[in-house]
Amino acid sequence: MTDVGYVVAGWVIAGGVLGGYTVRLRRRLARAERERSDAEPRA
Amino acid sequence: MTTELDRDQLLAPVLRRVLGWSALVSMVALVAFGLFGAPTDAVQGDAQRVMYLHVPSAWLAYLAFFVTAAASAFFLWPRTRATVWDRVAGASAELGVMFTALALVLGSIWGRPVWGIWWAWDARLVSTALLFFLFLGYLALRRIPGGDPVGVAKRNAIAALIAFVDVPIVHFSVEWWRTLHQQATVFNPELNPQIHGVMGLTLWIGTIAFTLAFVYLLDRRYRLAVLEDGQEERALDRAIEDRRSQAVGAGSVS
Amino acid sequence: MIWQEAALVASKDLRIEARARVAIGQILPFGLIVILLFAFALDPDRGVLARVAPGLFWVAVLLSMLLAVGRAFAIETHHAARDGLRLAGLDGASIFLGKAAAIALQLLLLEVVLGIGVIVLYGVDVHGWPIVLITALAATIGMAATGTLYGVLAAGLRVRETLLPLLMLPVLAPVMLGATRAFEDGLGGVPGDAWPWVAMLTLFAALYTAIGVLAFGALWEEGT
Repeated sequence: MTDVGYVVAGWVIAGGVLGGYTVRLRRRLARAERERSDAEPRA
Repeated sequence: MTTELDRDQLLAPVLRRVLGWSALVSMVALVAFGLFGAPTDAVQGDAQRVMYLHVPSAWLAYLAFFVTAAASAFFLWPRTRATVWDRVAGASAELGVMFTALALVLGSIWGRPVWGIWWAWDARLVSTALLFFLFLGYLALRRIPGGDPVGVAKRNAIAALIAFVDVPIVHFSVEWWRTLHQQATVFNPELNPQIHGVMGLTLWIGTIAFTLAFVYLLDRRYRLAVLEDGQEERALDRAIEDRRSQAVGAGSVS
Repeated sequence: MIWQEAALVASKDLRIEARARVAIGQILPFGLIVILLFAFALDPDRGVLARVAPGLFWVAVLLSMLLAVGRAFAIETHHAARDGLRLAGLDGASIFLGKAAAIALQLLLLEVVLGIGVIVLYGVDVHGWPIVLITALAATIGMAATGTLYGVLAAGLRVRETLLPLLMLPVLAPVMLGATRAFEDGLGGVPGDAWPWVAMLTLFAALYTAIGVLAFGALWEEGT
């Protein structure tokens, strides 16, 4: 693999991990916020 | 246990949004500079560009651990004890594991084309690897519930501090170990005399981008922890409610 | 007062061991088996074992220590022993020092036997005895203090056996490093090089003993 391959791999992995974590976190958060506002009327 | 220090989220919504967008913008700048703006290294070639990600990741790994330790200390100190610190410690540790793993993997990817090796017993890499395991242990411990929430949080906080105290000892002993054997610290960008100019700037952009992202993600992860704790409480309330209505419906003696 | 109470706890633990013989009957053989397995894993014929003997010795000690720590707190879970200790009104610091001392003594005895094993089985020559002994003492105290601290933290948990190694081994990495390097210098290298490592081991031991004295009480109370 040429140098460019390693560079691309490194940046893709970093972007994937950081981006993936952020997206997953925001999704979980959105779901939790919805669950909470659904629960409010009960309270 | 709720005190005035506890809060629903760490940052005011406006500040959080500014932070999030700043993080995104600086990440774009990092890509621009890291992949195109910065010149190709004379010695290491283009592979050196991975360093612009590896170094900030490593920095964040240590910052995250520091935040976990500081939050744990605030929790243990009676005058500042509040649930917020326990949640911050946990959130920061989760982020820390991610950054530490990233630092290790990127270090590998950087090392292979430049020095022909997937791993070097370099002082910093070894210390970072140990940091990774310290984080993992702490997170594994956090997952274990206990009877008393305050007691559990105290236990976790003490564990974080015991591990944190070890970090400088690990750092120095590993460094002695490698330098006494005359191994050059290969993964040290400061050894590269050309790390000025655009390269230095790019490194700074990377550090700033990652730090902004860390603070933003910390706030969001904290918020998630708040909501999930609330979910558990509500689930418990619902279960109690259901039992009660069952008992009433069956006409049993109350 | 605190030393008397600690001695009380230590003698209790040691008396239990004298009767149950778990350290002698199970943990020590385990250590010896590890030493043996290393010979299977490496080449026993070409002096490889003698060269890496310090490292192998300390790995065997570390792994045995995990068992010893687990055992030290397992004995407290039966017959409401934990509550008994609490009701006895002993200070957390005393219990810590007592248990750590008992673990340290058992470890030292283990090290003597494993040391003999390594000398005999790996063909090692020891030149710098003072260094070897002082290193072993400093490293053992550090391990015992750290082990007692993490032992109480994990005591009573269902995942104790898998969590304890994960928590302890990274923290003990400097001890592993320092003890091995000092042994290398004591065994055949330049003895003078070992003293910085011994200093580091002593610092580690002092630090984690201090932390134990301070934090053990709180962890002991929170446990089930």
